[in-house]
Amino acid sequence: MSKVISVLNQARFHGIADVTELGVQGMISLRGDLSSARLKTAARTATGATVPEPHRVTISDQGGLCWMAPDELLVLVPYAEVSTRLTKLQDALAKDHALAVDVSDARAVFQLGGPHAREVLAKLSPVDLSARAFTPGMLRRTRLAQVAAAFWMTQDEAFRIVCFRSVAQYVFDLLSIAAQDGSEVDAL
Amino acid sequence: MLILECPYCGVLADETELTPGGEAHLKRFGPGSSDEAFHGYLFERENPRGVHFERWRHSYGCGKWFHAARATDTLEVFGTYSAQVFDPPEEIRKKITAKRPGWTWKDLS
Amino acid sequence: MSTRLSTFGRLIDRSVQVKFTFNGTWMRGHPGDTLASALLANDQMLVGRSFKYHRPRGIVASGAEEPNALVNLGKGPTFEPNQRATTTELYDGMTATSQNHWPSLDFDIGAINTHLSRVLPAGFYYKMFMYPRAFWKHVYEPFIRQSAGLGQAPKDRDADTYEHFYAFTDVLVIGGGIAGLQAAKSAAETGARVLLIEQTAHWGGRAMVDAQDAETVNGAPVDKYVDEITAQLSQMPNVTLRTRCMGAGIYDHGYVLAYERLRDHAPETPGPRHRLWRVRAGRVITATGAIERPLSFAGNDLPGVMLASALRDYVVNYGVSAGDRTVIATNNDDAYLTAILLKKAGLEVPRILDARPQGGGALMAEAQALGLRVDTGRAIAKVKGGRRVSKVQICAQAGEGGVLDEVACDAVAMSGGWSPVVHLWSHCGGKLLWDEGHAMFRPDVDNPPRSHDGAGFVACAGMANGAMTLDAVLHDAHDAGQAAAEATGHSPKRSKAPAATSCTAAPLAPVWLMPQGAKQELRAKTWLDFQNDVKVTDVQLAAQEGFESVEHTKRYTTLGMATDQGKLSNINGLAILSDALGQPIPATGTTTFRPPYTPISMGAIGGEARGDVFQPIRRTPMHDWHAANGAQSEPVGHWRRPYAYVRQGEDAHDAVMREVTNTRTHLGILDASTLGKLIVKGSDAGRFLDMLYTNVMSSLKPGRCRYGLMCSENGFLSDDGVVARIDEDTWLCHTTSGGADRIHGVMEEWLQTEWWDWKVYVANVTEQYAQIAVVGPNARKVLEKLGGMDVSAGTLSFMGWADGTIGGFDCRVYRISFSGELSYEIAVRASEGQAFWDALMAAGQAFGVMPYGTEALHIMRAEKGFIMIGDETDGTVIPQDLGLDWAISKKKEDYLGKRAQQRSHMIDPNRWKLVGLETIDGSVLPDGAYAVAPGMNANGQRNMIGRVTSTYHSPTLNKGIAMGLVHNGPGRRGEILEFPGTDGTNYKARIVSPVFYDPEGEKQNV
Repeated sequence: MSKVISVLNQARFHGIADVTELGVQGMISLRGDLSSARLKTAARTATGATVPEPHRVTISDQGGLCWMAPDELLVLVPYAEVSTRLTKLQDALAKDHALAVDVSDARAVFQLGGPHAREVLAKLSPVDLSARAFTPGMLRRTRLAQVAAAFWMTQDEAFRIVCFRSVAQYVFDLLSIAAQDGSEVDAL
Repeated sequence: MLILECPYCGVLADETELTPGGEAHLKRFGPGSSDEAFHGYLFERENPRGVHFERWRHSYGCGKWFHAARATDTLEVFGTYSAQVFDPPEEIRKKITAKRPGWTWKDLS
Repeated sequence: MSTRLSTFGRLIDRSVQVKFTFNGTWMRGHPGDTLASALLANDQMLVGRSFKYHRPRGIVASGAEEPNALVNLGKGPTFEPNQRATTTELYDGMTATSQNHWPSLDFDIGAINTHLSRVLPAGFYYKMFMYPRAFWKHVYEPFIRQSAGLGQAPKDRDADTYEHFYAFTDVLVIGGGIAGLQAAKSAAETGARVLLIEQTAHWGGRAMVDAQDAETVNGAPVDKYVDEITAQLSQMPNVTLRTRCMGAGIYDHGYVLAYERLRDHAPETPGPRHRLWRVRAGRVITATGAIERPLSFAGNDLPGVMLASALRDYVVNYGVSAGDRTVIATNNDDAYLTAILLKKAGLEVPRILDARPQGGGALMAEAQALGLRVDTGRAIAKVKGGRRVSKVQICAQAGEGGVLDEVACDAVAMSGGWSPVVHLWSHCGGKLLWDEGHAMFRPDVDNPPRSHDGAGFVACAGMANGAMTLDAVLHDAHDAGQAAAEATGHSPKRSKAPAATSCTAAPLAPVWLMPQGAKQELRAKTWLDFQNDVKVTDVQLAAQEGFESVEHTKRYTTLGMATDQGKLSNINGLAILSDALGQPIPATGTTTFRPPYTPISMGAIGGEARGDVFQPIRRTPMHDWHAANGAQSEPVGHWRRPYAYVRQGEDAHDAVMREVTNTRTHLGILDASTLGKLIVKGSDAGRFLDMLYTNVMSSLKPGRCRYGLMCSENGFLSDDGVVARIDEDTWLCHTTSGGADRIHGVMEEWLQTEWWDWKVYVANVTEQYAQIAVVGPNARKVLEKLGGMDVSAGTLSFMGWADGTIGGFDCRVYRISFSGELSYEIAVRASEGQAFWDALMAAGQAFGVMPYGTEALHIMRAEKGFIMIGDETDGTVIPQDLGLDWAISKKKEDYLGKRAQQRSHMIDPNRWKLVGLETIDGSVLPDGAYAVAPGMNANGQRNMIGRVTSTYHSPTLNKGIAMGLVHNGPGRRGEILEFPGTDGTNYKARIVSPVFYDPEGEKQNV
């Protein structure tokens, strides 16, 4: 599908941390009763991952689930499979009060990695990113300078950042500035 | 710069993650209401010096609206609670009484 | 003269030379120097001119409190005015120039003001510039602008970068003197996270200079203890240490701003220049020490008169002497430290004037043993000299200033006691107590700044808390550290503060004026505020004129309003005021301390938000294509939308006219991706939308679209857009381009806070889709050429929608029109938006396709009489004003705004209502112009009966068309109104129908 172009075409920046736009990622916004057995099953069927605890993500080899709000998950699936998995999810929840919509193209996804990755994020978000407070598997929805974003830690020294597509360039620029050479803080 | 705990997701949120929503526990008046009642709903606010009940939204976080009981003079926060109640919960009111005996707000005390 | 000594200088590296220029002259210093110490080492005592009288001024202090030594630093893109020489670390190649003089520092014409000082008293500007009124604009204001402000504004764009950093800690300790170090250690030993910041480049603070030989901590010399404790802290994983990082301000709920200067001392290193730390601390300890007070005697502003403690700092830290012969004036024991040090450094101290009748304690005895002459009960009557002190006239402190003796000297060291640095404590509401014994304000520990939990969250430690001996400082700091850690949930072990031996001092005697009964002529030369030129007589005059409140006196005299915020002058000034008012000092109180503690850079405040990331710019999937194809963009919210695609040889107006005509005659495509798209789903979704919109949405059939209006509870029109029903319980609501987030917020607000039992979910899918309007008589042809779905009128009629594929792209097609032409709005996945746009452009070549921008869109909607939110509405307009009654349900019992629209002034027949306007001569009405009627209103203004809300040149009709709101407008059809323009032209326009083009709607419905 050559007509599909991710928002920044996988742009990269290398400074005190590495910033990479990750290309297209299948994403479904799912709202509903996260405690309902049917929703849990449907979400697991769609991703192979179990519904996470608040402020956490669970990742499987087929996808993942991000806790976004008490009644909202972000469902991660391969981009090419969004339509089929979305339809399955909608069918499974047809009898419930729930909403599942494709937001793959409405978002941009970044990878932020390296020993100073925590610091780079801490320059932009009012969140305690020290190793005491933020560990792999944790997710936070917050602001990144002036725009909304969500990020989670995939492993030590690596973050996945999701923002709205229209501000992808802004977020890439922010991360690049925050990761500029010579800007190590060495405080986390 | 305040911090308020979002009662829905538990985050101790920086004020910059929140949006203020004005006075809490307003009763909506619609068609059929008297001019006086509707005027009160639209325009009349307590604006107290001291104990106050407010609406806030965790807009950069989980997106949920919530209520906060707060002192406008000292910025002390007595507690935050669900947006989906008509009055402050008993537990919050007790906390306020413990710290500010004799407080009043509208017809609450 | 001031010079570099061959001994002392613990902070400088004498093996390396550093070159710098001051006012163009090359000078030498050493690494470790401040600009101030290096200037003194080069005998440059004169560093600037005072603000009002342009009096010569020298370096007074050695730290953040310095009022005089403000310089311009750097050149071009790194130029910055008002940099404090005492806190500027010297580096090789530094360029500094002095400020507030013309033509030169040594010869300054403005110094004439000092001879005019008798006619420039406090309040001069207020009194002088009142009358005559007519002088204000052409005489007074230019004069004030010419003389206002210190230093020059930079002319070039700042070449440096800046950043913020969000830090979280249990305990923040501000100040890295011995108190701060001890507090940090005592807190950190409990396991608490500790952040310790120090504004200078060095740990240890005053104790490194002032500790006496007899003073020890745990049996070791004080400097050894500082080294040891610093080393321990740097090894602790829960401790972060930061030098060159100043606590700038303390705010609500443990929020603190700290200002880190990363490379002011080393401009060649890469990275940001300043970092603003935005700290959330559980508890804050301010160990900010104390500042020595000047004494108030005549001539105390002459270059060479310095704080006694500063003289010590220059000798001990930098190996620099301020003068060869120094007279000491004091009211306490500390100045004897200076006398003893200078004597040991081989310098002359011809006289020590101790205002106390009994003199001092052990330190006085030590000085006398060194052969120094101490005169007790004596004061300085006047300091004589020009650009530098030449002699001191001595009098009795108890008298009026009769000269008893004269002593030649080139420096004067003064000490009026110490003021704890309570600024940070006070920023967020900490109260102060007057300590009679030490004649100082210190923190009232029972009234601290309070946090969200109601508990005090700031504590002061050491001298900042009024602890005046080494032993007391360490105890206080230890207790403060443990208490702060405990308050953040850590358990301190039972431990004692380190054992210290301290020297004791004889009590201070408050001296607010020297001599006590100084005559008018002396008081008129006695400075309180060196930077803003406020004298004792000014404050006394203010009191005499009735400015009894310290805040009023401050503003009337400008005492403490300069960039140093009165660090040296405040207490002396309010003591003079209290005396003039005949009341004790605590009754007068202090002015409010406000952040920042010392000025911080604008760059640090802005952080990363400058240049391209000053604000987020929202880009559609076709943003780059627009830019590459001549689009002039305009902001719509944070979006940038193409205004028009300007071709070579065209101006923007030409392009807009071409785009309108081409769209009306052939084919235009518009990037409509910015339109808000909200999915509303649930069993109560229809009921919910019926409350949100003024008309009925629940009755809409799946597959169909309906235009809707949204109002606020005030009844005012807030947004509009086309709603499509997707299935039984799902609707898609289009909002205005700027409105998606706001309307999404409104929906969530009502669902969460009013109708929380309704089963409705909302999702904002605005950015999931690239949406392209395909518009014009050839619209259907291009879609049919691309192929894939039936877009014929029979299958997809006006105000219908359908899913399908076009040209191989999955899409949703809405047959809606904002132009009055045959129109399809097509949504595809955002990632495929550019490819789809390209396909439309390619297939459209045969049909005359051109992209069009927002201005063409606006003109076409105006030709059709369609309103635009933000043009026809301004937050005071209800739908009824716009003739939109057809879109307001009469049947519904309730919708947001319905009750408000029944209020008396909303149903008033005199409300201004929408009309079309056509100029008589075809010209274009000015936007926002008012229609006038004969007569004047109560304010003497022309009576107004309407205003223009949208106005364009219509290429379709080849004349100016406009919409406006006019009193009783629809009933005045045909009447001609007058619109006086700001250009002097009186525009005339006839009231017509707002629908100028195709009133029957035949073109869009084909």
